[in-house]
Amino acid sequence: MSADRILKWVTASFAMIVVVLLCGIGIMLLVKSWPAIHTFTWHFPLTRLWDPVQGAFGALPFIYGTVVSSLLALMMALPLGLGIAIFLVELCPDRLKGTIAFLVELLAAIPSVIYGLWGIFFLVPWLRETIEPWCIEHLGVVPLFEGPPYGIGMCAAGLVLAIMILPIIASISRDVLETVPNDQREAALALGATRWEMIRTAVLPYGRSGLFGACFLGLGRALGETMAVTMVIGNRPEISTSLFHPAATMASVVANEFTEATGELYLSALFGIGLVLLSITFLVNLGARWLVLSIGRLPQGT
Amino acid sequence: MDDHGQKLSTQHLQAWFGAHLALKEVSIDIPGNRVTAIIGPSGCGKSTLIRCMNRMHETIPSARAAGAVLLDGRSIYQQDPVQLRRQVGMIFQKPNPFPTMSIIDNVTAGLRLNGLRDRRRLEEIAAQCLQKAALWEEVKDKLRYPGAGLSGGQQQRLCIARALAVNPEVLLMDEPCSALDPISTSKIEELIHELRAHYTIVLVTHNMQQAARASDQTAFMYMGRLVECGETRQVFTTPKAQQTEDYITGRFG
Ligand SMILES: Nc1ncnc2c1ncn2[C@@H]1O[C@H](COP(=O)(O)OP(=O)(O)O)[C@@H](O)[C@H]1O
Ligand SMILES: [Mg+2]
Repeated sequence: MSADRILKWVTASFAMIVVVLLCGIGIMLLVKSWPAIHTFTWHFPLTRLWDPVQGAFGALPFIYGTVVSSLLALMMALPLGLGIAIFLVELCPDRLKGTIAFLVELLAAIPSVIYGLWGIFFLVPWLRETIEPWCIEHLGVVPLFEGPPYGIGMCAAGLVLAIMILPIIASISRDVLETVPNDQREAALALGATRWEMIRTAVLPYGRSGLFGACFLGLGRALGETMAVTMVIGNRPEISTSLFHPAATMASVVANEFTEATGELYLSALFGIGLVLLSITFLVNLGARWLVLSIGRLPQGT
Repeated sequence: MDDHGQKLSTQHLQAWFGAHLALKEVSIDIPGNRVTAIIGPSGCGKSTLIRCMNRMHETIPSARAAGAVLLDGRSIYQQDPVQLRRQVGMIFQKPNPFPTMSIIDNVTAGLRLNGLRDRRRLEEIAAQCLQKAALWEEVKDKLRYPGAGLSGGQQQRLCIARALAVNPEVLLMDEPCSALDPISTSKIEELIHELRAHYTIVLVTHNMQQAARASDQTAFMYMGRLVECGETRQVFTTPKAQQTEDYITGRFG
């Protein structure tokens, strides 16, 4: 009797640690960012100027940088990840499935800093010397492709992030597609659908909420990603329409500047940015969870 | 219309799942505008046989088939499977409407695949097919509601309407009532009786009463072989093979 009770209480207290940690982190962020919140109020996330020397702390460039780099990454990783998932579930011969799925998952195991190194020493020079000059020359009229080719910047950050969230999107989409019952596929095929039409009319719609969930989880990962982004984004608190311009994200500014943050307000502003980041990622992950779970609630043909 | 010539036939048809031979030299003739019932114990190859008739069998990765299947005298293996499946529709054991689509979108799914976009025309055909499937009265006020909200029997009739919409000549039904209650079952049987005037129907069933009630011709299968095929009345009253007699008198299966 007592052994089981002890087991129960010990494990329950472990679970409690998680709750305490979560609350602790939230409260710590709130307390530490209080001076900034008190000084700037709701102007803080809406102010464009970030100039620590003059005591101007606006979080907007970082919010912008985080959102744009993450959406950019999602735009690239989603079609690719979904394509991989479709290939794995619908088309891939059985004996290749395991290998490819394993390789995709290996991509997720690469440490962030390695992506950063790869980004700096391969991706950035390639962008600077090949891709960006070409885009500027041929598409330069579009504001997205204006300005000098720095290499580092929003575009590089988006690309690195895209590769980093690809495995999560691919593997969750694959799990989602695997939950689609075979009778849905057969229903479409029996109506004279080609394989692609079957995927489009039966498989993807059936899994749509789970696929949205995969997007959100990828987005959640991209929003908070720090190391690799800090290494390639250029860390400039500026908002530019050009994808080739250096920028900064919430995560990158905190990682970059906390050692040099002299003065209470400066540090507090960084904590404030941390608070914003935590709130956004929390909401996105919550949304993702809800969407992924909701696939189980889909009405079934009985 | 009243043409009882051979619509569909198989000749020495063999089908495998991997190394497992599930159909052994099955040769059967399916006359047009009649109902052919296929009976036999579970696992004897009934589903496999009809899934060869619209080339659904080969969509399973390890599956393959040999022998001939002729539709109007032409080998179906020389035709595009996608086109073939529009001529030879299929109803499955478990009703499988598309859950994210409305009732009307379910019915017109096949037509929209074919590229028909005209809304008026789609609605017209949907109404016709729902009428043919004896579902119209029950759903005409909720065409835009999800098909998954219907009862099992209604869902099955929705699937029949969906199959009819692409204007097939043959309907393959794989135990269409086995997941349904008796009232829905009798509705579907009535429906089969009406559809028989315009379609060639192959009805797989493990319910012998159903075969006796609903079909013109009955085939009995056992362990991957076609044991006997003939007029339904003859098969049930004076079966030629001992195995058939054992089965219909309930001595096994
Ligand atoms: N997808 C499949 N993979 C492997 N074997 C199968 C598959 N489907 C059916 N079989 C086998 O083929 C034989 C015939 O099955 P089936 O045609 O479904 O029988 P029935 O419809 O008469 O119950 C059975 O032995 C069954 O185990
Ligand atoms: Mg079967």
